[in-house]
Amino acid sequence: MRFVDEYRDAEKAKRLASQIRELCEPGRKYTFMEVCGGHTHTIYKHGLEDYLPEAVTLVHGPGCPVCVIPMGRVDDAMAIARRPEVIMTSFGDMMRVPGGKGSFLDAKAAGADIRMVYSPLDALKIARTNPDRMVVFMGIGFETTAPSTAMTVLRAAAEGLTNFSVFCNHVTIIPAIKAILDSPDQRLDGFIGPGHVSTVIGCRPYEFIAGTYGKPLVCAGFEPLDILQSIHMLLRQLADGRAEVENQYTRVVPWDGNRRALEVISQVMELRPYFEWRGLGFISRSALRMREAYAAYDAEARFDVPGVRVADPLACQCGEVLKGVLKPWECKVFGTACTPETPIGTCMVSSEGACAAYYNFGRFTRRRLEETSLT
Amino acid sequence: MTAEQTAVAAHPSREEQVLLRIEKARARKPKIREERVTLAHGAGGKATQTLVEAVFVDAFRNPALESLDDGALVDVNGGRMVFTTDSYVVSPLFFPGGDIGDLAVNGTVNDLAVCGARPLYLSAGFILEEGFPIADLRRITASMAAAAARAGVQIVTGDTKVVQRGSGDGCYVTTSGVGVLDRELTLGVLSVRPGDAVIVSGPIGEHGITIMIARGELDIEADLTSDTAAIHELVAALLDAVPVHMLRDATRGGVATVLNEVAQAAGTAIVVEESAVPVRPIVNGACELLGLDPLYVACEGRFVAVVDGSYADTAVEVLRRHPLGEGAAVVGRVEADPAGLVLLKTTFGGTRIVDMLVGDPLPRIC
Repeated sequence: MRFVDEYRDAEKAKRLASQIRELCEPGRKYTFMEVCGGHTHTIYKHGLEDYLPEAVTLVHGPGCPVCVIPMGRVDDAMAIARRPEVIMTSFGDMMRVPGGKGSFLDAKAAGADIRMVYSPLDALKIARTNPDRMVVFMGIGFETTAPSTAMTVLRAAAEGLTNFSVFCNHVTIIPAIKAILDSPDQRLDGFIGPGHVSTVIGCRPYEFIAGTYGKPLVCAGFEPLDILQSIHMLLRQLADGRAEVENQYTRVVPWDGNRRALEVISQVMELRPYFEWRGLGFISRSALRMREAYAAYDAEARFDVPGVRVADPLACQCGEVLKGVLKPWECKVFGTACTPETPIGTCMVSSEGACAAYYNFGRFTRRRLEETSLT
Repeated sequence: MTAEQTAVAAHPSREEQVLLRIEKARARKPKIREERVTLAHGAGGKATQTLVEAVFVDAFRNPALESLDDGALVDVNGGRMVFTTDSYVVSPLFFPGGDIGDLAVNGTVNDLAVCGARPLYLSAGFILEEGFPIADLRRITASMAAAAARAGVQIVTGDTKVVQRGSGDGCYVTTSGVGVLDRELTLGVLSVRPGDAVIVSGPIGEHGITIMIARGELDIEADLTSDTAAIHELVAALLDAVPVHMLRDATRGGVATVLNEVAQAAGTAIVVEESAVPVRPIVNGACELLGLDPLYVACEGRFVAVVDGSYADTAVEVLRRHPLGEGAAVVGRVEADPAGLVLLKTTFGGTRIVDMLVGDPLPRIC
């Protein structure tokens, strides 16, 4: 397939892998965090870690939108979804995310009208064809998906639709990265920057990571060669004693981002004073809510939501996994009480979650591979 | 084994202990945790397997059922018959390349065929929703008749029920089928052994992607038709030519689900070469867009065969001579270790696990 196969070339991967090995100083260990869940998915889907030397460890960061949604917000969404007049619409990933009282999938089986959509515009379509029902879109995701939610609200307003609203859970990436950098137990050497978020916010917002914290960041694309090249760029910086923000994903990411998309977000949404992240706790100014001017499209304003905070299950160590302090398999409940069929923590729900990715694709460690005749 | 590996085996690292614990948890008897049926129970993956084993097998337990093959082998007055049943609830009812009618005939014919049987007779049960157009029903029955004629089977009995408007999705069809087993076979998961070759009879995922696009929920158009077809002739040609150890049609849950069922039941590993798996570019493209893996997408006219490794080339040659087997290919091999797992050697050059599907193949959001 054109524009895809080029970025999955095994020969080029081998060459890059040997250049990566050459850049590793003997005896030195390197730990890089890929912030975005899309990268985690690529890494496992293609078996990319097979190309990395022992010295390089990848840590899977908090950039999986459904993984960071706190249980109380899921319960709030379900309280809205259970109202007889409501049609709740949601991206597929959200369907299995457990709140304090089950998931959307369970609520649907119990009679709630919850429909999976591929785009918020599909939710708008449902609103047009069901004028007697209230259609709510479960807005989740980083700056990647926030513009399309905001666009949809603008379109609903332009059409004068009164039976459409958004339950806004959009979050912003920079405060999450900062929270990880400020966490005392982090030992990261650099970041593989989230490519899709960067198409909207650009590379500039990351400059403090290099400037203040002295860690290199490379904005990366989502094909396996993109990620290998980004790791190479990070190692190059470390070898040269540099800490800079670099853009590997130049074919998509403009340095200054997408101004129009940012304008649309800030027209419709504003920063919340604080928001709870699953595993990371409360982070100030880290999420978006609907502006007063668009209160008519704000599900939180239109419906009474319980707004009860639900503590994460005690056994769940999603927070440590999201911060990169624990590898998925080091969590106490990984793979036994917490599996993709019965997730306790959200890292196990989405295929982009660090734990689900490791469980589904990565469980077979490199050493076990070497013991069999497969390599 | 090197000294270091011996040390590892004696004192497994914490990671390895965790992995062992997971394998044990995986091998445990399935237990249903949900209080209600969810859509995941119908998606063909782990949840379906759990529902079938914890509810149905538990209630109906008998040797013919417990092998959980596509059909049951039963003795009737000394004659060996294969008996199978399948329900069809596809939406939309009409799609490029077929409709619920030919799907219902081909699917049941194929279930008989992959058990090694010669399909003979089918039943057809209809659950119709009040208000369903008779013209549509005629269209469905016409394509059922045509599919039955092509497959050389007769629809000899049937049933009709009508439910209130809103209680059904237009038309559901259930077909059961019997066939006669008139050849000596050692077909069955237990004959699968290391060294065997894994063959797929043609390009995969076409039915599933066609249906997704035909639902019209995605603004995608593609020049693609369902692969629904009766494969009994193709199967017979293969069985005549080479020693076949296992046959299964790759419907709901796709090729990956079949391979996992085989690896688990046979206690072997299956290693698949991603670059060898036949997938049309248009299916690959749709899967890339939707965040799906073609290995999990349903086919309705493709099967997976496990044959003695030394006959792999002959098997592919025989299949390719038939129009429905033109795209047949060896996609992998059976290995002893790691037992129960399906591994994929990716085109990129890495290795990963291909596990059972957990729920519906949910599209990723970013």
